[in-house]
Amino acid sequence: MPRRNDLHTILIIGSGPIVIGQACEFDYSGTQACRVLKEEGYRVILANSNPATIMTDPDFADRTYIEPLTPEILARIIEREKPDAVLPTLGGQTGLNLAMALFEKGLVGVPGTPELIGANAEAIATAEDRDKFKQAMIEIGLKVPHSGIAHNMDEATEVLKEIGLPVIIRPAYILGGRGTGIANTMEEFLKLASNGLDASPIREILVETSIVGWKEYELEVMRDHADNCVIICSIENFDPMGVHTGDSITVAPAQTLSDVEYQKMRDAAFACIRRVGVETGGSNVQFALNPANGDLVVIEMNPRVSRSSALASKATGFPIAKIAAKLAVGYTLDEIPNDITKMTPASFEPTIDYVVTKIPRWAFEKLPGTSGVLGTQMQSVGEVMSIGRTFPESLQKGLRSLEQGRLGLNCDGGESLYDALSDEELLQKASIATPERIFQVGEALNRGMGVDRVHDATKIDVWFLDQMQIIIDERHSLEGKSLTQLSRHEVRRAKRLGFSDGQLAYVLKEDEMAVRSYRESLGVIPTYKTVDTCSAEFDAQTPYHYSTYEDENEVRPSSKPRVIILGSGPNRIGQGIEFDYCCVHASFALRAAGYETVMVNCNPETVSTDYDTSDRLYFEPLTREDVLNVIAAETLASGGVAPKVIVGLGGQTPLKLSGLIDPALIAGTSPHSIDLAEDREKWNQLCDSLSIPQPPGGTAVTFAEASVIAQRVGYPVLVRPSYVLGGRAMQIVHDAQALEGAMDQMARDGSLGKEGGLSAERPVLIDHFLEDATEVDVDAIRDHTGEVLIGGVMEHVEEAGVHSGDSACAIPPQTLPVWVIEVISAYTTSIANSLDVRGLVNVQFAVLGTTVFVIEANPRASRTVPFVAKATGVPLAKVASRVMLGATLAELRVEGLLVPPVTGGHVSVKEAVLPFNRFPDVDTALGPEMRSTGEVMGIDRTFGRAFVKSQTAAGTVLPTSGTVFLSFNDGDKPAGIVVAKRLRDLGLGIAATTGTANYLAKFGLPVDRIVGKLSEIEGSALENAAALVANGDISFVVNTPHGSGSRQDGEAIRKAANANGVSSVTTVEAALAAVNGLWEQRSSEVEVRSLQEYHGRA
Amino acid sequence: MSTDITNIALVLEDGSVFEGEAVGYMPENGIAAGEVVFHTALTGYQEVFTDPSYAGQIITFTTSHIGNYGVTPIDSESRGTFARGVIMRDMARRHSNWRSESSLDEMLKAQKLPGVAGLDTRRLTRLLRDSGSLRGAFGTADQSALLAAAKNEKGTSGIDLVSEVTTAQPYTVGNGKFNVVAYDFGIKTTILRHLSEIATVTVVPASMSAEEVLSLSPSGVFLSNGPGDPEMVKGATEAIRSIVEAGIPTFGICLGHQLLSRAFGGHTFKLPFGHHGANHPVRHIATGTVEITSQNHNFCVDPDSLSGVADITHVNLNDHTNEGMRLRDLRAFSVQYHPEAGPGPHDSHYLFGQFAELMEKK
Repeated sequence: MPRRNDLHTILIIGSGPIVIGQACEFDYSGTQACRVLKEEGYRVILANSNPATIMTDPDFADRTYIEPLTPEILARIIEREKPDAVLPTLGGQTGLNLAMALFEKGLVGVPGTPELIGANAEAIATAEDRDKFKQAMIEIGLKVPHSGIAHNMDEATEVLKEIGLPVIIRPAYILGGRGTGIANTMEEFLKLASNGLDASPIREILVETSIVGWKEYELEVMRDHADNCVIICSIENFDPMGVHTGDSITVAPAQTLSDVEYQKMRDAAFACIRRVGVETGGSNVQFALNPANGDLVVIEMNPRVSRSSALASKATGFPIAKIAAKLAVGYTLDEIPNDITKMTPASFEPTIDYVVTKIPRWAFEKLPGTSGVLGTQMQSVGEVMSIGRTFPESLQKGLRSLEQGRLGLNCDGGESLYDALSDEELLQKASIATPERIFQVGEALNRGMGVDRVHDATKIDVWFLDQMQIIIDERHSLEGKSLTQLSRHEVRRAKRLGFSDGQLAYVLKEDEMAVRSYRESLGVIPTYKTVDTCSAEFDAQTPYHYSTYEDENEVRPSSKPRVIILGSGPNRIGQGIEFDYCCVHASFALRAAGYETVMVNCNPETVSTDYDTSDRLYFEPLTREDVLNVIAAETLASGGVAPKVIVGLGGQTPLKLSGLIDPALIAGTSPHSIDLAEDREKWNQLCDSLSIPQPPGGTAVTFAEASVIAQRVGYPVLVRPSYVLGGRAMQIVHDAQALEGAMDQMARDGSLGKEGGLSAERPVLIDHFLEDATEVDVDAIRDHTGEVLIGGVMEHVEEAGVHSGDSACAIPPQTLPVWVIEVISAYTTSIANSLDVRGLVNVQFAVLGTTVFVIEANPRASRTVPFVAKATGVPLAKVASRVMLGATLAELRVEGLLVPPVTGGHVSVKEAVLPFNRFPDVDTALGPEMRSTGEVMGIDRTFGRAFVKSQTAAGTVLPTSGTVFLSFNDGDKPAGIVVAKRLRDLGLGIAATTGTANYLAKFGLPVDRIVGKLSEIEGSALENAAALVANGDISFVVNTPHGSGSRQDGEAIRKAANANGVSSVTTVEAALAAVNGLWEQRSSEVEVRSLQEYHGRA
Repeated sequence: MSTDITNIALVLEDGSVFEGEAVGYMPENGIAAGEVVFHTALTGYQEVFTDPSYAGQIITFTTSHIGNYGVTPIDSESRGTFARGVIMRDMARRHSNWRSESSLDEMLKAQKLPGVAGLDTRRLTRLLRDSGSLRGAFGTADQSALLAAAKNEKGTSGIDLVSEVTTAQPYTVGNGKFNVVAYDFGIKTTILRHLSEIATVTVVPASMSAEEVLSLSPSGVFLSNGPGDPEMVKGATEAIRSIVEAGIPTFGICLGHQLLSRAFGGHTFKLPFGHHGANHPVRHIATGTVEITSQNHNFCVDPDSLSGVADITHVNLNDHTNEGMRLRDLRAFSVQYHPEAGPGPHDSHYLFGQFAELMEKK
C-alpha cells in the first residue's frame, strides 16, 4: 500500500512545553514527522506552543502555529486550515489527549471531519483507559496485575478490600506517571488514591496489586497497514519495578532474558498492539516479569511514539518516528528502505553489537522540600544515553555523561560522601531508589559486601551487579600500582571497562593528563564503531559512531573542511532544548555552506543526536577526555588537519570545556574572551573602562570575605557561583546569617565537585541586589569586522531577582522608553566589541529609574535565541554559526540568510513552565534560582492578548468567574489597586488578607472575604486562606512574597493552590499583565495566526 | 574469579590475528579450527551452538554479552554440540535467570566446545562480511600453528557433514494423529517438538532409502535442517524424489529445502557469508506479508533453476534470495529459513499447520 493520495493537508500536534515526562524527544519525533510528510509532498500544518523546538522553525511546516495547545485553539486552526487528517501520535501524551478532546467534540475522527491517522480514537481509548486496557489484555490471554478501577474514594476502598495492600495507584490519561504511587499503609492509600483521582483528567484510577521488585522490560513495536509487526528494541530496566521507567536506569538490548522468554514477550507485544488497534506506527509495551518463576504481566502500552521510542531509535539507529510518519500515510514497512544500509528494507528487527545505557538526571537540588526518593511518578528532568561494547563500559560512560562531577562508577572525589557510613547504613540507603543509589551500590560492592547481599537489599538483578563488581575488581587490581608500572594490556583492560582517565588518575593518585599521555604513549586510544541497525551484517552508509577500545576504527576519511559542534548534554533545569536548537541550526547552516559538520552529544531525546542532523554523529560524553578523543579522531580522519570546534552554542557544558581545548581550534569567540566575561575582576575593569554601571559587588571564597563585601555594598545581596547556568545555588540574602548559610552550602558542594560548588578557582560573586529593577535581556551577534546585530531586546515581566529563565518576557519591550532601549543597544555593542565577540552574546541589564546597570554578559548562545528567532523571523543561530566560522553579517545579508527583523504588528511573550505540580511540597514562589523546565510563547496583536495566550499555553487557568485571592507585600500594594480594580471590572470576586483588604478599602475597593494569616487565625473567626483554596472557593491566587522575613504564610497558600490545581502568580507584574490581558480580551474571540504569516512569508 | 586468564589468538586463513581469552574447553593440541561464521541474534546462544547445522563451523556471536542467562538442558537443540568453537566479545562471569541450571562456561567444558572471548567481534564480522566466510583456528597453540590449522581446514563446501550429525538408529518421538517420518540431516529438537504436536514422528538416519521410508506408510515425510553442502548428502535427493512422487506429503526446512529443490532439478550455491540470525525479513508471496525469520544457512537455492517445476512461495527481502517453494502438482513444499524458531521469532509457525493440512487432505 503506497502513499495515500487522498490526503493533502495534515495537521501535526506537537507536545507543547518541556515538562517532566515530556521533553525534547517529541521535538525529535515531531521534527522527523514534519520532514517526512513535507518530503512526501503533503501540506503540513503544525501546532505547538513551544518556541524552543526545532519543529516550530518555520522551514519545517507549511503553516506553523505557535499557539496554546487547547482543544478550542486547535479547533480554530482546523477551521482555518481544513486539514484532511490529524496525526496525534507524535506529540506525546499532549497530542493524544488533545486528539481525544477534539474527537469528543466531534471535530476530528468522525465523518465529515479530519481523519485521525496513526491511532484512532478507539485505539487511544483502549490503551489509555486503564479498565478498557485491562479487559482487552485479559481477552487476548495476557496477564495483568490484579486490579480494579475506581472513580471516587468509596470505589477505591472497595477495590482495596479485594486486593489488599501494598497496592499501586495509577491515574488514567496521565503523563510521566503523574499522581501514581505505591501505598503500603492505609494512610498512604487514602492520600495517594485522592491525589490520583485529582491527577486524572477523567477522575479515574487503577488500584493494582504491587509487584515491586519484579524485573521490568519494554518492547518497542511497529506495525503497518498490512499488519506487519516488528520489534525495534528490547529494553531491560536496571531498577526493578517500583521506579517509573523514566526514572530508571535502563539497558538495551535486554540482557537477562533467554530466547524462550524473549519470544514469549515479543508475541505478547504483537498481540497487545493488534488488540488495542494501533493501525500504524510505533507503540511501546511495558512488561513485568517475576524473577522467581518467569510469570509475565503487561503493565501498560503507549499507542504513540514515546521517550522510550526516541531512546530505541538512538539505541538502534532505526528512526521510529520517521518510519511511523510514513506508515501513517499508507506505506508498509517493506516499502521503506532502511536509512542506514540503504539496501535493505525497514521491515526487519534491528540487532545490535553494543550495550546502551540510559541514565536519568534529576534536579532535586533545585527543589528544596522534595524527598529525592524515586517512585512510580517520574521526577527526572533529563537523561543521558551511552554506548559501549559492554555493559560496564556503557554504564561508566553514562555516569560521566551526567555532568554531575562524577567520573564514572565512583573512583572519584565524589565517593568520599560514603566515608561516614557504616556498611549497614550504606546498604540501607542503597535499598531505597534515589539518584545516588547507583553509586551507593558501587560502594557497597567496593567494600566487598558481595553481589548477593546487595541483590537482597536492592532487588537489582545479579547479572548487572556482577558486571559492576567486575568494574570494582578492576579498580582493586589497579590500586596501589603506579601509572608507569602498568602494561599496555592492563591500561587497555581498564579502558575497555569504561574507566575514564580521571578515574584512573584518582585510583593511581596521578594527574588526569599524565594518565592520558601515558595511555597514548602505549597506543591505547579509542576506536570508533558504527551504530548500523544490523551488527555489521550490512555496510552502513550513515556515520553514527561511539567510542570503545577495540582493534578497528570505522571513521571514514574525508578531506572537506569540518566543524565539530559540541552539544549540551542531558536536559536539566537551566539548560535544555534551546541549546539543542542552536546546535542543530548551526549544523544545518554550516552543512548548507559546504562544511562537514560533526555533532558530539549524549542526550538521546534530541534532534542533534538524530544521525540525519549532521554529517557525522559521535554519541559521546561531553567531558574533556571524550571531546579531545573526538578531535583527535577527526584530525586523523582528515589526514592531520584539525577541525574547528564550536563551544558557544550548547550552553555551559561545552563552554566549560573551552579552556581545555587548543584555543586555535575554537570557532567564534576566543576562550580568552569567554574567560574575560566570567572572570569577575577583568569584567569589572572592562565595564569601568566603558563607563557602564554595574551593581556594586565583589568576589569571595570564604564567608568572611563575602561578609566584608556585603557590608560594603549593603544588603540585600545576590550570591551566585561562577560557571553555572540556570542560577544554580543563586540566592538573594538579606542578612549575614543567610549569607553564611549560602557560603557553607556552596563550599560543601565544591568539595564534592558538584555544580555550583565553590573553590579557589571558582569564587562566589556577591553583588548588591537592585530591588524593583526591571530586567532586560539582549541577544546580539557580532562579526569579525565589528558589526553588531541586535537580535532582540526582551523586557522581563517579573522584576529583577526572579531568574530570567523563570520570568516572562516580551519582544518588543512594553514599558521601556525608546531612549533606554537605545542605551541598552549601545552598551551591548560596546561590550561585544570589547570582548571581541565572534558570534552570539547575551547581555543582561537591570533598569532602575533612569539608570541602566549591566548584570552580566555571556559570549555564547542563550536560552532565548530560539524565542527571538521566532518573534523576529531572523534565524539567529544559523547566522551566528556562520559568523563563528568567519562570515560577516554583510556577506550573510547578500546571501539572503540574514533577513531584516519583522517588527510592528505583533507582540511575542515567552512564559516559563514550572514543574511544581509534581512537587507538592515545594514553595512555588519564584526566585533567583531557575526552576522552570520549559517555556511557551504567546504571539498576538497586543501585549495583553499575547500574555493571556502565553499563560493559557503554560497551563495557567486565568479566572473568568469566581473569587480571586489577593495578598500583596507592601511594595506591591499600589499596583495591587490596579489588579483589584480590573478584577472588579471583570465581575470577579475578591478575597484578601487583612492587610491587603484594609489597604484596598482605602481606595474604594472593598473585598468580599477577608481571610487570616496563619498567625492571625488561631482563636479568631477569620477563615484560613489555604483552607479556602483547598475547598475550591478560589479560582485564582495572587500572592507576592516579601523577600525577607517569614515566608510561611504565603508559602502555605501557594502550596495549597499548587496541590489543588488552582493557578497562581507570585509577582504583581504578572498579575497586572494577566488582568490587563483578560480585560482586553473580554469582548473578542481568540485569534490564531501562523508564524509564516507573522513573518510575511505566507 | 577473574584470575586464570589465558590469552589466546584467533588466526584466519588470510593471516588476520585477533587477540582474546580462552573460555570453555581447550583441546589438548591447543587448536580449535573450522569455518568462521557470524550469528546476529541477540538471544538464544545455547540453541545456536547446539544446532547440528553448525557442524564444521566456528560461530561468532555479534551481540556483546553471551552467557548472561545461563543454560538449561531443555534449550539444547540436539544431543550434543557439533560446532567447532564459539567466539564472543564477553562471556558472563555470573549468569542470572530462573530457568538456568548451569553456566555457559560449565556447559562448554562439559560438551568440549572451545571458546574465545574478549576479541573485537565487530572487526571479525566486518571482515567476514567483506571477504566471505573464512577458515580459522584459535587456541593456545602458537600463531603459526593456528594459521596452518586454519589453512588445513576443509571448510564446508564439497564435504559431507551430515553423516557426522545424523542419528545412527531410527527413534520415535511424540504421539500425534499423523505418522511422520523425519529425515535427520541434523534435526533440531525444536522442530521435533513442533512435529510432535501434530504427529508421531519416526526420526530416521539421513541414509535411509525411499523404500524403507515408504514401508513405514507415513502420512508425511519431513526433511530436516542440517549442516553444509547439499550436494554432498549422498542418496538423499533420489530418496526424496521417490517419496514425493509416491504422493507422500513432504515438508522441508533449510537443508531439507535445498535437498527437495535439488531432487527436482534445482541448483544450489554458496552465499558469501550466509544468513545466520533471527531478524531476516521474508515476504510470504501469497499474502504479501512480511515474516521476521530465524535463519542459519550458507547454501541457497537458485530460484530460476526451479522454474516450471515449483512455485516460489517466499523471498528474502534483504538480498532477494529464495526462501521457499512449493512443487507444482506434487504434495511437497519447503522453506529455507527456520519456522520452528529456537532461537528466533514465531512468525512462521503456520507452516507446521500447513504441513498438517497437506497430510489431512490425503
